Amino acid sequence: MSEYVAPVRDMQFVIHELAGLEQVAQLPGCEEASSDLVDAVLEEAAKFAEEVLSPLNWPGDQEGAQWRDKAVTMPPGFKDAYKLFADSGWTALACEPEWGGQGLPKLVAAAVAEMWKSANHAFSLCPLLTAGAIEALVLTGSDELKATYLEKMVSGVWTGTMNLTEPNAGSDLAAVRTRAEPQADGSYKIFGQKIFITYGDHDMAENIVHLVLARTPTAPEGVKGISLFVVPKFLINVDGSLGARNDAYCVSIEHKLGIHASPTAIMAFGDHSGAIGHLVGEENRGLEYMFIMMNAARFGVGLEGVAACERSYQRARDYARERIQCTDIGVRGGPKVPIIRHPDVRRMLMTMKSRAEAARALAYVVAAAHDAAVHHPDAGERKRNQAFVDLMIPVVKGWSTESGVTMASMGVQVHGGMGYVEETGAAQHLRDAQISTIYEGTTGIQANDLIGRKMAREGGATLQAVIGMMRALDADLAGQDGANFAAIRSRFGVAIDALASAGEWIVANYGADVRAASSGAVPFLTLLGIVAGGWQMVRAALIAQAKIDAGNSDPFYAAKVVTARFYADHVLSQAAGLASSIIDGAEGVLALAEEMF
Amino acid sequence: MKILVPVKRVVDYNVKVRIKADASDVDLANVKMSMNPFDEIAIEEAVRLKETGVASEVVAVSAGVANCQETLRTAMAIGADRGILIQTDVELQPLAVAKLLKAVCDKEQPQIVICGKQAIDDDANQTGQMLAGLMNWPQATFASKIVIAAPQATVTREIDGGLETVEVAMPAVLTADLRLNEPRYATLPNIMKAKRKPLETTNPDALGVDVAPRLKTLKVAEPAKRSAGIKVADAADLVLKLKTEAKVI
Repeated sequence: MSEYVAPVRDMQFVIHELAGLEQVAQLPGCEEASSDLVDAVLEEAAKFAEEVLSPLNWPGDQEGAQWRDKAVTMPPGFKDAYKLFADSGWTALACEPEWGGQGLPKLVAAAVAEMWKSANHAFSLCPLLTAGAIEALVLTGSDELKATYLEKMVSGVWTGTMNLTEPNAGSDLAAVRTRAEPQADGSYKIFGQKIFITYGDHDMAENIVHLVLARTPTAPEGVKGISLFVVPKFLINVDGSLGARNDAYCVSIEHKLGIHASPTAIMAFGDHSGAIGHLVGEENRGLEYMFIMMNAARFGVGLEGVAACERSYQRARDYARERIQCTDIGVRGGPKVPIIRHPDVRRMLMTMKSRAEAARALAYVVAAAHDAAVHHPDAGERKRNQAFVDLMIPVVKGWSTESGVTMASMGVQVHGGMGYVEETGAAQHLRDAQISTIYEGTTGIQANDLIGRKMAREGGATLQAVIGMMRALDADLAGQDGANFAAIRSRFGVAIDALASAGEWIVANYGADVRAASSGAVPFLTLLGIVAGGWQMVRAALIAQAKIDAGNSDPFYAAKVVTARFYADHVLSQAAGLASSIIDGAEGVLALAEEMF
Repeated sequence: MKILVPVKRVVDYNVKVRIKADASDVDLANVKMSMNPFDEIAIEEAVRLKETGVASEVVAVSAGVANCQETLRTAMAIGADRGILIQTDVELQPLAVAKLLKAVCDKEQPQIVICGKQAIDDDANQTGQMLAGLMNWPQATFASKIVIAAPQATVTREIDGGLETVEVAMPAVLTADLRLNEPRYATLPNIMKAKRKPLETTNPDALGVDVAPRLKTLKVAEPAKRSAGIKVADAADLVLKLKTEAKVI
C-alpha cells in the first residue's frame, strides 16, 4: 500500500524559487515568513499529514460519517485527529493575529493545505469551510459577532459551515427561500431547509457556526434580497459559554460517490420554534458577502485538484515500481520487469507527475500574487496582482480539479484491474476527486465566470498582460542550448499563439453572440490552464537549468527540465486543438434541435 | 534544575541511504536530514520534566555543520528553552562529541544530561557513556522510565532479560530508549516561537577540544542482497539444510 509522502522538495522549489517567498516575506505583515521558518513549518505539516491524517483516509472512506437521531458521528479516529490538529495550531495558520492566528502568507498556507488534502480530502474540508466562515466574519461581521465567534473558530474549538444551497437553489442562488424573521431583540428567527452542507453536523468540536443565506420579509426578489446570518448549533451566553441547543438540526446526510468521511448534511432550521440567528453585515447584501469569500473558497478547492494529482501519482508510481509483469518490450525470454519500465506506463506516470507539478506551480504563484494583492504597500501593485488573481481563480479551481479527476483516473489505469478493486486505494482517489469539480461552482460555472466577468467585462486586458509575461520568456528560452529547450520553446510559442487567438475571439464575440462564446467557455478554461501551467513549467525549467549551469548537482533540477520538456510535448501540444474547437466549434454545439437529444 | 539534551542531525529515518561511488561514506548530498529519533525522545522527556515543574530549564546542544541549527530549532519547537551549536565541518566521532559535551557541561552545570541511547546513522551507542566517564558522573542507559526525586533519579532500564530499575545520584547522564515516551507534534505557535529563542554558536577551538578523528573509515558497503528463498520438503530437510548449507545449527 502506498503511503503519502508530502512532496516537500517540490513545494520548497515552488515556494522559494518560483513563487518568490523572499518577495512575499518583504510585504508588510508577512515578515514572519522567513525561509527557515517556512521550511520548518512545511516539515512539521508534512509529518502531521503523513502520520496522523493519511492513515485515516482509507478507514474513513470505508466507515463513512454516520447519522443517527439528528446527529452525526465521525468515523473512528477523526475526533482525536481533529483535536490534535486544532491543538497543534494548524487551523490558525493563515488567520489574522488579532484573533489568535499566525498570519502566515497564503503562499505558505497553500502548500500546507495541499498536504491536508492529499493526505485526507474528507478531513480537510472541515478546516476549509471553517476558514471560509472566518473570512466572511472578519470582512463583514460586526465587532460583537467577531468578539463572540472568531477566537474560538480560529483556534478550531468551534468549526464553521456555509449554508447556501437549497433543493431549488443550487447554481441559481436567486431562488433561495429560507426565511429570516426579525425579532424584538434584534436577532432573527430562521426557517428553512438547506442541503449539501459540508460538516453541517459532526462530533469533533463543541460548537458549529453556520453561516446561512436567507430572506427577510421585506426583501426584494432575486439575488438582491438575500441576507447572511450566523446561526450557531449551540447559542452563546453573554459570558461566552455555550447555552441552549439552537433549532438547527441535521436531519439526514447524503450517500455519496466519494468523500465518505465528510458529512454532507441536510439542515433543518426552525422546525420547532425557529433557529436564532444574527445578521452579518447589512440586510440584502448576503450574496455579495458570499462572493467575497467565494474566491478564497474556490482557490482552496483548486488546491484539492493539485492534491488529487499528487496523491494519485504517488500511488500509481509506487505500484508501477512493485508490480512485475511481462518482459521489457522488444525483449524475448528476458526477465519479467516492473511495469514502470513499460513505455505506456511511463507515459502515464510522466503525465501525472508533470500535471501535478504544473498545477501546483500555478496555484502557488497565484497564492503569492494574492499576498501581494492584500499586503503590497503600492496601490497599483495591489490592483495589478488582484486582477491576476481574479483571472486565475476560476482556472486554478476549474482546471486543477478537472486535472485531478483525469489524473486519478489515469492512476486507476496504471494499476490495471487492481485499480478497479477498492483495496488498492486508487479508486478512492478517483471517487473523492470528482466532487472538487462540482462544489463551489461547477467547472461550467468557473468557465462562465472566466470568460464573462474576468475577460469580456475588461476587454481581455489582464489576459493580454499575462500573455505578455509569457512571451517575455522567449528570449531566455532562445538563449538555452539543447533539444529539451528547443522543444519547449517551440511548443510554448505555438501554445501562446493559440491562447491569444482564442482569447481574442472570446472577447470579440462575447457581446455579439454570447451563446457561441459560452459554448467554448470550458475549452477556453482548459486552454488557459494548460498554457498557464506550461508557463510556470517553462519558468521552472529555466530556473532549474540556471542551477545546473552553476554546478548544482541536485538531481531534482535535471528532473524538472525533463518534466517540463514532457509537459511541452504532451500537454502544451493540445493547445492548438483546443483553440480551434473554441473558434470554430460553437456551431456544432448549438446546431442540434433540442428534441433530437 | 537544568537539563542538557544533546541532539544529532542525521539522515532521516525514511531515507534509503546510498553509498558514495568511492565507497568512502554514505552519500549525504541532497538527502533529507532530521533529528535523531532517540534524541527527539530525550528532548520530549526533558520538556515533560519541565512542564511538570521538575526541571526549570532545558538546553539543547548540537555539534556539527551549520545546518545543525535546524535540528536545534526543532528541539526548541518541541520545548527546549535555548540552543547551543558547536559548529565544525570535521567528522565527529563519539569520543570527540563526548569531550565537547563535557566542555559544555562544565560551563552549563546541568543536573541531568539526557542523550538518545544511540544515533541511527552510526549506531555507535557510546557518546552518553563516554560523557559520564569523562564527567565522572553516574549513568543510567536505555531508560524506559525516569522519575526524578532530587538528588536521586530512578531509572527503569530496558535490558535483555526485561526491565531493571536503578537509582543514580545527580548530576547524571541518562540515555533514552524507544519506549520512554512518544514525542509530541510540534505546534505551529511553538515552531514560530522557536525562531526567537536564543541560539548560541561556538566551536571546538573555543571549547578547547581537539576533535580530530581517532578512527579511520576504511570502506562503506551496502548489505549483501538477499538471495531468493527455497521451499523445503519437510522438517527433516529443513534441519539438514540448516546444518549443512546455512551452517547455523
